[in-house]
Amino acid sequence: MSHTTLATVLFLLFVVGTLAITFWASRQNKTAADYYAGGRAFSAAQNGLAIGGDYMSAASFLGIAGLIALYGYDGFLYSIGFLVAWLVALLLVAELMRNSGKYTMADVLAFRMSPRPVRTAAGVSTIVVSIFYLLAQMVGAGALVGLLLGITSDSGKALTIVGVGILMIVYVVVGGMKGTTWVQIVKAVLLMGGATLVTLLVLGKYGFNVSGLLGEAAAQSGKGAAFLEPNLRYATEAQGIWGKFDLISLGLALVLGTAGLPHILIRFYTVPTAKDARKSVLWGIGIIGTFYLLTLVLGFGAAAMVGSEAIRTENAAGNTAAPQLALAIGNAIFGDVGGTILLAVIAAVAFATILAVVAGLTLASSSSFAHDLYAHVFKRGNVTEKQEILVARISAFVIGAVAIGLGILAQAQNVAFLVALAFAIAASGNLPAILYSLFWKRFNTAGAVASIYGGLVSALVLVIFSPVVSGRPTSLIKDMDFHWFPMENPGLFSIPIGFLCGYIATRMSKEYNDAKYAEMEVRSLTGVGAEKASTH
Amino acid sequence: MTTEQHDSSVYEQIRATDRFQELRRRYRSWAFPMTVAFLVWYLLYVVLSAFARDFMAIKVLGNINVALIFGLLQFVSTFYISWAYSRHSAAKLDPLADELRDEIEKADK
Repeated sequence: MSHTTLATVLFLLFVVGTLAITFWASRQNKTAADYYAGGRAFSAAQNGLAIGGDYMSAASFLGIAGLIALYGYDGFLYSIGFLVAWLVALLLVAELMRNSGKYTMADVLAFRMSPRPVRTAAGVSTIVVSIFYLLAQMVGAGALVGLLLGITSDSGKALTIVGVGILMIVYVVVGGMKGTTWVQIVKAVLLMGGATLVTLLVLGKYGFNVSGLLGEAAAQSGKGAAFLEPNLRYATEAQGIWGKFDLISLGLALVLGTAGLPHILIRFYTVPTAKDARKSVLWGIGIIGTFYLLTLVLGFGAAAMVGSEAIRTENAAGNTAAPQLALAIGNAIFGDVGGTILLAVIAAVAFATILAVVAGLTLASSSSFAHDLYAHVFKRGNVTEKQEILVARISAFVIGAVAIGLGILAQAQNVAFLVALAFAIAASGNLPAILYSLFWKRFNTAGAVASIYGGLVSALVLVIFSPVVSGRPTSLIKDMDFHWFPMENPGLFSIPIGFLCGYIATRMSKEYNDAKYAEMEVRSLTGVGAEKASTH
Repeated sequence: MTTEQHDSSVYEQIRATDRFQELRRRYRSWAFPMTVAFLVWYLLYVVLSAFARDFMAIKVLGNINVALIFGLLQFVSTFYISWAYSRHSAAKLDPLADELRDEIEKADK
């Protein structure tokens, strides 16, 4: 049996298992709180795993391992930003949000503001961030299938994207938050298991001598000692001074973006109390941190055992480093059959990873459309729960269909920057509004709207006029050059712009609701009146 | 909507109480300085990675250099701060928050 057959079989097992869970979950979905927030009845440990499942995308599994395998140390920078970011969520956001919100990010932002403009802004930003992130994952799925299952034709890739899209729609439409959370949990367990297994085998092969592994990686990378030092990928000599600022810009967006990602924020609503939200973030930090330590070994292991050149030949971005490593280590330890099995396992895990993340994103964006835009903005709150959930399901279907279409169209594009862009928008548009909202008494409607749109638009505009879109051989549009912004990452400017817009607009408008802020402060810190878990 | 059950002025009164002020002080005086601290610590790491390659390249033990140790220390500090925060919350925040919540919810009935 070839690895592609085995990988397909394993992946189908995952699909069948998670679909069974989804249909089981759907029978328990009765209220809006069930659909949007899984009845708020998940335990801290379950939600912690689901946080890991939502967060550890294929970009972090395959992408970071690949970056490390090709560029050594610089790949590690990414994982550090992704991890430290969780402290912002833990210390400043998770518990307060759980106590004062209901289903979406906008619930918290609109709490003491004029609801319609703020919900509109927050809904738009939620959908934009989620769709960018979603698109990157969908295109990634198409590329991955070519590499892992040997499907290389465009129609084959398009079919894969359609398949992934249909599955994700089913998870969300049928299972709601409950089904989607279970998919995340299963995926997180599989991903951690797979990554731990390969890591242990690699470390075992090098006699648990990390220095020896690093030395071998440096030797096989063709870069020598520089492989273990910063600046092979970011802030290189050739990129000059703007390259250095670009790295800082990326670092800022990574560390400040996480606590503004809507699909992560709604995870805090799935547990019974703020205390559980805190504990679930602690679980999440433990799982995610461990996972990034594993990717460090995977990345350097791939460089050492496969060699950077062999990885680059297979995939220029290095996305196949982890599967290639699985094959190599399996072959080296268990012979050809072992290599085939290990490769198939990792390939199937990678698919499960993509599937779970896209489901989480579809849920976040469709929930925000139904709850924020449809129910509160269009209908001004005059809807029944049933109607709202129906709209949520329809919009999950529509968003899924749009993601499939765009995913197929963008197949040939290098869309890796979309994830970084999603983080930049989350950090520039969402986080300032969230922090002001929770902690600044004087903050008001004008400030909330200005910080969201200000951060969102400045991040978008700077990227459109950056070398990512035009002016370089690697740009999205190759034969035109209209770039004037010197960096790939907008965060260094767009994040301060988001904060500044919020500050200035707040100061310029006299309106603010101190009574509502008193309510928000008391509720967020004590948990009075917080949404309860449903009991059935 | 179940969230509108309280008269807003009640919340203003609660907010003005010493115990609530104490709860807010305990939360903010821990979380805010710690946030500044870990952000500065993280940015120091990013800035050194961008501007101080020679320093980061110094080998400490075998092939393990300053850059790698610095990066791993970010993991250590993240795990440590998470643990410290959960300790702080359990000891200083939760008891007071629970007490206040019980009283408010009782008074409400």
